[in-house]
Amino acid sequence: MEHLSTVVATAVEAIDAAEDIRALEDIRVRYLGKKGEVTALLKGLGKLPAQERPAAGEVINQARQQVEAALDAKRTALEASAMAARLAEQKVDVTLPGRRESSGGLHPITQTLRRIEQCFANIGYDIAEGPEIEDDYHNFEALNIPAHHPARAMHDTFYFDARHVLRTHTSPVQIRTMEHQEPPVRLVCSGRVYRNDSDLTHSPMFHQVEGLFVDENVSFADLKGTIEAFLKAFFERDRLDVRFRPSYFPFTEPSAEVDIQCVNCGGKGCRVCSHTGWLEVMGCGMVHPNVFDHVDIDSKRYSGFAFGMGVERLAMLRYGVNDLRLFFDNDLRFLRQFQ
Amino acid sequence: MKVSEQWLRQWVDVAQDVQAIADQITMAGLEVDAIELVSAPFSGVVVAQVKEAVQHPDADRLRVCQLDDGSGKLQQVVCGAPNVAAGQKVALARPGAVLPGDFAIKEAKLRGVASQGMICAESELGLVEEKSPGIWVLPDSAPIGEDLRQWLGLDDHSIDVDLTPNRGDCLSVMGLAREIGVLNRVEVKAPEIAPVAAQIDERFEVRLDNTSACPRYSARVVRDLDVSTPSPLWLTEYLRRCGLRSIDIVVDITNYVMLELGQPMHAFDLDRLQGHIEVRNARAGETLTLLDGQNVALEDNTLLIADAEGPLAIAGVMGGERSGVNRDTRHVLLESAFFAPLAVAGRARQYGLHTDASHRFERGVDPTLQVRALERATGLLVELAGGRPGPVIEQTDHQALPDTCQITLSAKRVSRLLGMTLEDDEIHDILSRLGMTLKSREAGSWEVSVPTWRFDVRLEEDLVEELARVHGYNRLPVRYPQASLAPRREDGAKVSLDVIRQHLVAGGYQEAITYSFVSDDLQQALNPNVVTPALANPISSDMSVMRSSLWAGLSRALLHNLNRQQQRIRLFETGLVFNGDIDALTQTPMLGGMICGTRDPEGWTSRREGVDFFDIKGDVERILSLGGVEGEWRFEPGEHEALHPGQCARILRNDRHAGWVGALHPAVREQLGIKPEVYVFELELATLQQGRLAAFSPLSRYPEVRRDLALLVDESLPVQSLLDVIREQAGDALTDLRLFDVYQGAGVEEGRKSLALGLTWQHPSRTLTDVEINQTIDNIVAVSSERFGALLRH
Repeated sequence: MEHLSTVVATAVEAIDAAEDIRALEDIRVRYLGKKGEVTALLKGLGKLPAQERPAAGEVINQARQQVEAALDAKRTALEASAMAARLAEQKVDVTLPGRRESSGGLHPITQTLRRIEQCFANIGYDIAEGPEIEDDYHNFEALNIPAHHPARAMHDTFYFDARHVLRTHTSPVQIRTMEHQEPPVRLVCSGRVYRNDSDLTHSPMFHQVEGLFVDENVSFADLKGTIEAFLKAFFERDRLDVRFRPSYFPFTEPSAEVDIQCVNCGGKGCRVCSHTGWLEVMGCGMVHPNVFDHVDIDSKRYSGFAFGMGVERLAMLRYGVNDLRLFFDNDLRFLRQFQ
Repeated sequence: MKVSEQWLRQWVDVAQDVQAIADQITMAGLEVDAIELVSAPFSGVVVAQVKEAVQHPDADRLRVCQLDDGSGKLQQVVCGAPNVAAGQKVALARPGAVLPGDFAIKEAKLRGVASQGMICAESELGLVEEKSPGIWVLPDSAPIGEDLRQWLGLDDHSIDVDLTPNRGDCLSVMGLAREIGVLNRVEVKAPEIAPVAAQIDERFEVRLDNTSACPRYSARVVRDLDVSTPSPLWLTEYLRRCGLRSIDIVVDITNYVMLELGQPMHAFDLDRLQGHIEVRNARAGETLTLLDGQNVALEDNTLLIADAEGPLAIAGVMGGERSGVNRDTRHVLLESAFFAPLAVAGRARQYGLHTDASHRFERGVDPTLQVRALERATGLLVELAGGRPGPVIEQTDHQALPDTCQITLSAKRVSRLLGMTLEDDEIHDILSRLGMTLKSREAGSWEVSVPTWRFDVRLEEDLVEELARVHGYNRLPVRYPQASLAPRREDGAKVSLDVIRQHLVAGGYQEAITYSFVSDDLQQALNPNVVTPALANPISSDMSVMRSSLWAGLSRALLHNLNRQQQRIRLFETGLVFNGDIDALTQTPMLGGMICGTRDPEGWTSRREGVDFFDIKGDVERILSLGGVEGEWRFEPGEHEALHPGQCARILRNDRHAGWVGALHPAVREQLGIKPEVYVFELELATLQQGRLAAFSPLSRYPEVRRDLALLVDESLPVQSLLDVIREQAGDALTDLRLFDVYQGAGVEEGRKSLALGLTWQHPSRTLTDVEINQTIDNIVAVSSERFGALLRH
């Protein structure tokens, strides 16, 4: 039995020295395998007298457990270091950029237009669209702008022939909607409009959003409330001075221009507001009875307000863009600023 | 309209400064665009008289002048102006004076002769823009020693009011003064206009042929005028401050009366008139040479002033050359007429004209003003140019004059439209101040008569606006609308435009917005066989026809960016495209895209190769899949003038054409100046947006079976045909079919290609057996072989 402790000591020594799992397995086979040295000792138990067998068996089993424990410990250690080595090998530079398609972006006009539409859609306005080549009736006549009305000169219209024009405003969509919808009407229409005018501050094509609200007992007070709340929401300001100035549009009466306190200088006066402290941002008014007549809505029973604004103007103010023409150059260096 | 502050103040005496007046009328709807000084600042300039002007001893062009400046001592000034002469009254800038541009005047010696100041030209005082040829000779009445600014009243402003078309009544000093009077509750002081007694008995026959267009025509002969009389300084100054130039004494006076009262007037050279005046429409073939020298062919919708010989003037627009006042004119016929707005409206524009007269008549001139204006002009003419007037000639068709407008106003309507109650007293007060007369039959209801100058007030709503305006818009209440709100149905099957846009944005596309009108050349290059409406009045040939495709604008945007060193470009746009003549027009919302550059953005992991057809097709397929009905869409080889013949697919949905995808044709690229290869697509939005509502089908509990299959086919065979056959043969249990490799090269016969396909089946209610799957595969191979000569590759 002295031999046994030598066997264990040699085995443990060999286990300690093993460098990988395979060497460890060889050691296990050599000592604990079917023909292993420790196994052989166990097999030799049968040759001992019966009364000695339990004691000797226990000693051998302890030796076997000792070797097994050493093997397990070594295996765990070897596996851990193998894992560590593999992990070390798989290390990457996490600061390298990821693999991806770069994002595009929506045009700032689309973003502004959607923002305006959303303000009104959120409180129950419908969104409508219409044709851009319009007939004279919908663009002018039905809006109380008969032929030769001086207001037509305000419009610098693009003509195709005597009866067809590029719409000068999105108001025809209001007419087209009211032609087949009974009040109440709550509507925003938006899109491209066209005027024959091109310089630093005018583009021959630009975008408008117009709103229309027709119901019983709609008043100028409702219009003022709607516009003020909208402008505060659009510019995300709790306080924003808004003023209404009498003006003239053939399709509304009374009519008003809306000025806001200059969002650039806070009303102190700057280049953006031509040192007036005010910015003209939209037009509005109560729907003219002649317009109601054209679409067979009883102006004695119903009243309504309408408003319209230039999207480019609001986009310029919101983003601080200083040149209208940038919107239509589609220069990627410009467009990417609005991603 | 530009108006002098001083002139206004003569009519209406208010205490506020000019800015306060401007703010006040702006907030009443008469928007002030600008307030300008009528003269640049200068100081130290006085009226002086040239007592002596002698040749400078050492300079040919200079003269040495002695001037009386009222100081009691003659001032010596060396002057280089050719027109200086003894006896003249002039503007003398004495030493210490500062002229516009901070030009300080000092004592100086000119060629050895002392000069105590400078005799000024008008341009040196900033009163005219172009350089004056000589010094400014003042009228004899100029008081020696008086400060020039004081004497000329130069501390004045021009107020530029941007009047809306409804306020023709404010196109005069009188009209603006009236408005200021209303807003401040101040009386308007009109100058007294006394009738001028006739000195001769000469009349001129006037016939009105079209009294609905011209219900009133007044005129007057004035003989023996001295047209060479210079207009007095006060007159030319007022004209200048209101934006008009001085022409001659007659024209200046008619312009002055127009500015003062708002009545456009005209003066004919009496000697050039034949027989009588007739106011009638133009006849076929008539022409007229206008005062500005252009000869126009007249149309019969045009109201004329004519004489026995023919047309003299386009009524209310412009006079003709033949009868115009000129240097030789001795006698005139003054005209002061009322032309109905509809008779003048549109005529000026029709002939490419816009005049101060047409501007006023189109908007409406007070029909009671004519004789008063005629008296005013006659009085001034006689006073300033010494004529002898005849009696007033007046033709009026009272039936044809605009009716006095009567409107019933109810306080109820006022409060309903404004959302507040105005006191009856205030309603009465405001409207009365505006010149309306009110009769009340019962409480809260009035019969309102509108003054003759307010063409814009016709309805009860117009009166409400007047009330709101004068009361002040910003004093009106603010509230939020009340509405009955009910949830609305949304179409769940529809793919929203927002989702489509966001999808493209996530795929690296940048949205563009390009003009809807493009150059005809560009359009021809892209869509030579498509007709779209052309603008009658385009801004330029680059923007003259409506686009038939979004590619027109996108290609311009692409080029813009290529020219700015951008190499990888992906753009999309949504908007209408146009097709057909104006009378058979379609306006169709489309989605279009255009890409060029590398497949991936530049990066250390990127694929550096350029994009090809399958990149853009993949982008299109991903958008098509948004509706959940990808199976309804197909691509088939197509032909499009703008696209590469070998890389062009027509996109169909349920066999209906819905778009294109392909490579831009190299010849088209060359024509557009685009160097890199460009791939494009265009899809009908409406078709794209029709999706389906997702519908659940139970998940199968049985295993999936996948088999891969390699088939050899002719290289020209469109893969779609093979896929169609496989689907047809694979049975209902097929859940997925994908092509995972296309191979040509070693091991594959020349002229053939190997297609590797993965098929997946799963039956909803049982396990599929190997036997039936093998049978299906055999069928697929057999049918493919029969139809396309396909061979199974082992």
